[in-house]
Amino acid sequence: MPVYLDFEEPIQILEEQLEEHLKLQDEKGVDTSKIIKEIQKKIKDTRKELYSNLTPWQRVQVSRHPERPYTLAYIKHITDGNFIELHGDRTVKDDKAMVGGFGMIEGHSVMLIGQQKGINTKMRQYRNFGMPNPEGYRKALRLMKLAEKFNKPVICFVDTPGAFPGLEAEERGQGEAIARNLFEMAQLQVPIIVVIIGEGASGGALGIGVGDKVFMMENTWYSVISPESCSSILWRSWDFKEQAAAALKLTSTDMLENKLVDGIIKEPVGGAHAAPKEAFDLVKKEILKHLPKLVEMDKDKLVEKRINKFCSMGVVVEK
Amino acid sequence: MGWFKRIKEGIRTPTTEKKETPEGLWYKCPKCSAVIPQEDFTEKFCVCDCGYHDKIDSATYFKILFDDNKFKELDANLTSGDPLNFTDTKKYVDRIKTTQKNTNLKDAVRTAVGKVDKQNLVIACMDFNFIGGSMGSVVGEKIARAIDYSIKNKIPFLMISKSGGARMMEAAFSLMQMAKTSAKLTLLAKAKIPYISLLTDPTTGGVTASYAMLGDINIAEPGALIAFAGPRVVKETIGKELPKGFQTSEFVLEHGFLDFIVSRDELKEKISFTLKYFNN
Ligand SMILES: [Zn+2]
Repeated sequence: MPVYLDFEEPIQILEEQLEEHLKLQDEKGVDTSKIIKEIQKKIKDTRKELYSNLTPWQRVQVSRHPERPYTLAYIKHITDGNFIELHGDRTVKDDKAMVGGFGMIEGHSVMLIGQQKGINTKMRQYRNFGMPNPEGYRKALRLMKLAEKFNKPVICFVDTPGAFPGLEAEERGQGEAIARNLFEMAQLQVPIIVVIIGEGASGGALGIGVGDKVFMMENTWYSVISPESCSSILWRSWDFKEQAAAALKLTSTDMLENKLVDGIIKEPVGGAHAAPKEAFDLVKKEILKHLPKLVEMDKDKLVEKRINKFCSMGVVVEK
Repeated sequence: MGWFKRIKEGIRTPTTEKKETPEGLWYKCPKCSAVIPQEDFTEKFCVCDCGYHDKIDSATYFKILFDDNKFKELDANLTSGDPLNFTDTKKYVDRIKTTQKNTNLKDAVRTAVGKVDKQNLVIACMDFNFIGGSMGSVVGEKIARAIDYSIKNKIPFLMISKSGGARMMEAAFSLMQMAKTSAKLTLLAKAKIPYISLLTDPTTGGVTASYAMLGDINIAEPGALIAFAGPRVVKETIGKELPKGFQTSEFVLEHGFLDFIVSRDELKEKISFTLKYFNN
């Protein structure tokens, strides 16, 4: 059973109609080929229409679509299976919500890191819904330092509803872990490419998000807080998530306009989950477009440029 | 806050200095319930005899730390833009204007340079009264510039954090201040200039997850709330009562994220000693 988002209802109705006509043809031998073709075209047009006019909140919904591909799926396809996962932060444990390892992309050795969500109910729990603990951030940092040691670029995939707000996470210094990553990533002596592939929630996202190039996939969000939490805090009610999503300017389009990210990676019509292979290829293409140039850059220049980019973010008035 | 009207007429003679605080007010300590005349409490920099440290503003920290309360304020005129044209139940620009009027502050941090026991120090100190000490573009920019000043003039840097976290009304702009301030701190570190981070009540969210935790030494006032996720959120997550003392300075020290806890009456002495150690 496919999963439909609430705004996808018109598509759902059409696809159900299509199903009926296909059944009619199959079971009763009625020739419905003409009408089937019509419905198929209608589905395509409707999807295109819906997806070219998504509201910010609808984009948030797409970014969380349960069938949306997650980090390991991207890694698998981008490296064509040439990937070895590495585990553990060498201090506390192996965080299943943060994955990483080395792999090859078209002849380039790279370190690939990202938050990982679960693909089904059982795995969602196993992956802690993509919410890393401090050891996840420390594992990510360990892998980045490993990449730095051997002069390999780092590619980070961001997809998290936030750093885990649990008791042990606090005990083990969630704040310190994220802060340390921001500090170390700023000075990392190898290129860092960041791709937001789903949810980019706050410090939990930024904790692996300090990159020379930061891209957002078309239907993702990136902000300081989720629209729901923003609604509950600023409007004092959970009912203003649509308004909050709009106010936060959290879509790829808004983020690029505000120069807080470096680019947008287009998604297939209907979102990355509608045609995952196409989405993987688009991401791979974008990475390969920038990787060689970044690798060739002088290291001091690279770091200086990265630092200057983040230091120029912010709007102040000087009177 | 434990403010309430004085019931009996007092017999104290107000001095000129005491006139700064409103007359007829008493302070009730939320920890030990002691009732103290507000003026006396203010004179003790808002520390109760039981050890409870109430929140104080940047002006008071400057007064405590800088010799003769002499300092040069940096970038005093930076104010917030409204890059997102943000409106929730109120327009962000109006919220800023009202807060500026009520607090007489421009934003949630003030930066200054002066002397502590004759030793130069750049201090960035947050003001909780200004939208919960929230970190937006102005906070990030002023801290970044204060660090630049430290680097340029080879002066140690002290950050006094007191914040509910990032400022939601600046959304991703405020998020990026975490990366910005942390990146600047790497330059301070490369220049081998000491960075002392003092965490005061409360230090939470994006501030904890950036500059507050990145000191060469991290220190805190007693009993401060220090957290990434606030206690309410953690409680909702685990669905249980939180252990006693969870996320206090003492708890954070015990878990290895602070170097020491310093009470306000010893703050200058400890900072001064630390500077002496580094400067020697
Ligand atoms: Zn008391």
